[in-house]
Amino acid sequence: MKSFMSTGIVKGILYQITGSFMGAGILGGIRALMGLSWKTEPAIVLGGLVGAIGFMVGVGGFKDWWKMALGEEVNEASQVFGEQGLKRYFGFSLDHKVIGIQYGILSMVLLVLGGSLALIFRVELAQSGLQILNFVQFNTLVGLHGMVLIASILMGIAAMSNYVVPLLIGAEDMAFPRLNAFSFWIAVPASIILMSSMLFGGFETGWTAYPPLSVRGPMGIQMFFLGVFIVGWSSILGALNLIATVLTMRSKGMELFKMPIFAWSVLATSIISLTATQLIGLSFQLVMFERLFEMSFFTPSNGGNPILFQHLFWFYSHPAVYIFVLPGLGIISELLPVFVRKPLFGYKWVAMSSMGIALTGFLVWGHHMFTAGIEEYLRVPFMYSTLLVAVPTGVKFFSWVATIWQGKARFPVPMLFVLGGIIVFLLGGLTGPPSGTVSTDLHLHDTYYIVGHFHNTMFGGFIFPIFAAIYYWYPKITGRRMSETLGKIHFYLMTPSFFLMTFGQMRIGLLGMRRRIADYDPAMGFDFTQLLITIGGYLIAISILIFFYNLIVSAKKGESATGNVWNSRSPEWDILPSPAPAHNYAGIHFNVVGEPYDYGLKGSKYVELAQVEAQSKESDE
Amino acid sequence: MKHFTIVSILVILLTVFVYVLLQAVGLLPTQASSQAVIIDQLFDIHIGIISFLFSLIVVFIGYSFIVFRRNKLLPDEEGQHITGSSKLEIVWTLVPLAVVIFISYLGAISLAETRKIDPQALEVKVTGGQWYWSFDYPDYGITSDALYLPVDRQVKLSLTSMDVIHSFWVPEFRVKQDVLPGENLVKELRFTPIETGDFMVLCAELCGGAHAYMNSPVKVVTEGEFQDWVDEELGNFPQDPESLGERLAKNNGCFGCHSVDGKDGVGPTWKGLYGSEKTLVSGEKIMVDEEYLHESIVNPNSQIVLGYPANVMAQNYSELFTDEEINNIIAFIKSLE
Repeated sequence: MKSFMSTGIVKGILYQITGSFMGAGILGGIRALMGLSWKTEPAIVLGGLVGAIGFMVGVGGFKDWWKMALGEEVNEASQVFGEQGLKRYFGFSLDHKVIGIQYGILSMVLLVLGGSLALIFRVELAQSGLQILNFVQFNTLVGLHGMVLIASILMGIAAMSNYVVPLLIGAEDMAFPRLNAFSFWIAVPASIILMSSMLFGGFETGWTAYPPLSVRGPMGIQMFFLGVFIVGWSSILGALNLIATVLTMRSKGMELFKMPIFAWSVLATSIISLTATQLIGLSFQLVMFERLFEMSFFTPSNGGNPILFQHLFWFYSHPAVYIFVLPGLGIISELLPVFVRKPLFGYKWVAMSSMGIALTGFLVWGHHMFTAGIEEYLRVPFMYSTLLVAVPTGVKFFSWVATIWQGKARFPVPMLFVLGGIIVFLLGGLTGPPSGTVSTDLHLHDTYYIVGHFHNTMFGGFIFPIFAAIYYWYPKITGRRMSETLGKIHFYLMTPSFFLMTFGQMRIGLLGMRRRIADYDPAMGFDFTQLLITIGGYLIAISILIFFYNLIVSAKKGESATGNVWNSRSPEWDILPSPAPAHNYAGIHFNVVGEPYDYGLKGSKYVELAQVEAQSKESDE
Repeated sequence: MKHFTIVSILVILLTVFVYVLLQAVGLLPTQASSQAVIIDQLFDIHIGIISFLFSLIVVFIGYSFIVFRRNKLLPDEEGQHITGSSKLEIVWTLVPLAVVIFISYLGAISLAETRKIDPQALEVKVTGGQWYWSFDYPDYGITSDALYLPVDRQVKLSLTSMDVIHSFWVPEFRVKQDVLPGENLVKELRFTPIETGDFMVLCAELCGGAHAYMNSPVKVVTEGEFQDWVDEELGNFPQDPESLGERLAKNNGCFGCHSVDGKDGVGPTWKGLYGSEKTLVSGEKIMVDEEYLHESIVNPNSQIVLGYPANVMAQNYSELFTDEEINNIIAFIKSLE
């Protein structure tokens, strides 16, 4: 029991609860001293904030920094050998692989939560009329489904980046291990705060939180704002760390254009996270302040402007879509050559296309506002810039096709998910342009078509690739393989179910189904399709349950796999045993002697152990 | 070369098949405005491009997997060592670039066409609020809860909101415009109905609570029928206080929250309200009389009935309505026993 209570996460949560009450108490106390009555809204905001800090104290996030401030000695991360076994995943660790798994667990927990929220409101939508939910509950579920899954995706890409990038580039750890741990742990109280918005009346605004609606209405919105604000910190700090790691920690001889391609996509994504996330934090903070202090940033009757919010919000939230998909597309580019046994076609172009998407991604936010009432002429330049994104995205697709062309493909489970990702993301990409040209978007905006399009991009750009990544790197983590049979069931159940769901969504959207409505007119004839969408959603959930079963059981009972299971050229498979040892390549020196993806070129290697090279030199002499 | 010939033929066949299929399914609602006709032409071009690109990628991948599959006798067979081709990469950067610029150009033309201005347009002032639509015809001095439009005449809507952001959308007309609060943010939307019939204006921007039900009828009628409707609205309705009150309540969206048939809504139902006993949030029990009703209209937050939220009803009805109008509404509520 004592050891349970001293686990980092348990301690953190206890401290968070205490901190929350303290924060709320402090505010109540100050107000009482000033002779003012109790007010819940500012109390929960301060409580939430103090609670988050409390969590970080409890989990031990400040311990080393506090010691440094006092001038005491602290261990270098490379000297720390943390706990082993399962327990290490539930406490403060500096090992990037442990942190990667922690991110992964949090991502999957949020995936289940966010997905379950959708399963609830999909029951409501399965037929017309109001059956199980009232309006506020429905709107809260829709809004949280969006934001919880955004958090899940951010954690998921952080999981992949954290675990894989140092291994790929031959680093012992991330550039700033303590900051890395801090970025992960701060996301835990943030997620708790985000979910707690349900306890305070929920909110009515959907994940976009447009004022003036978000300025009125239930105060659950404050917990939503605060949660997102803190998740934003996690994202910004994590991105900073990844950029520093990729730029400074590469192994000797690994030039930028010799990095595994996934590192490029992580670099591109991190540049967006580092520079754009502030804008969503800021826009939410302004609404928070408008509610708390009556600063009328966005209320017209007091001199504010509601469109200003939309500019700030979308300046992050559009590039955010590329934050979500670039790592996934990187996974596709990374795994495809391994499974078709051919070099990645046009490596430099694929690498640069990630940067191109990151750059153009910043120029297109206005397309979310074609009907919002922005200056009429502005819609045309935003239409040009929006369609421009198709160019670097096209480069990726054509390069993938050229990689596959004449390849000798193998189809183990990770490859299936890679292919699923390509096709689903293709549909996501192709359904984009109709909402990118202004006049057609006048019809499509705020309809279920957009919901369908968006789910295509998220499944193709994140869900399919992260499953591919998990099946692919699972042996590196556990030394065992996940079951191929269960993996195939997962794939062949999820993919058609997803098509059922998304085609249904787009179909009724085109015919006039709006987003975010709890009920629809039966006269529109959507009942049957809505039922199909709900069934599709539940089948996806079942397939993911099978995945979790596979994930957990294989850790103990999976087929043992310690070597280079996929016959990959990448250093983590070619050089390291599985599971990967602590501190990765500590004591192992390897040189980059070739190109990362020269499959099919006999006798070529990407990396080579330094001793081997020394021996071969000797034998030459 | 043989492979590329076969693939090209397959791509063309699949493109035609997908295109025909998508067209046959009937993707869009009826075209009931001249804007819908223009916009659907652009949709057609999009559907063509989608069919082609989908077929291109899928056929290449599928063909390669089948035709170049691994020899079963050589399980370790590797692919050919082809690392890339700058020539190809430049082609598939520049060609799409030209295409997207061309599509954007077509998009700009399409947008311009949908926005052509007819100086003879019928003006209608549209007000959105939680959760109702109200339509003012300044030329005729009519206020209505349904949008009556003469066919084949352009209508110019000036849209404004009483509270949060709403959005005006009639799927059959294809066009959509957000409706913003603020006197300086009145937005304009023009379209020309080309088909008579009954449609619905739907609020497309999440506006809280009963957003799903923020729909109002749109009736497109012939010029003659429109005149008849105007005439009827202008004189031919009863002038007793109850009927005047009912019209006022209907046209100002009161029924969005208050039912008149006893159904529960965002606010208390008006049926049987007068003379009933209610418990207020303060715990006080009151009898609903004229004085209470008057106070609840001009100063709604002062006496909220237990179980209903405060801050939902607009606070400015004392400015919007004259005393006589408020008395008419009260007379109407009294009549609902």
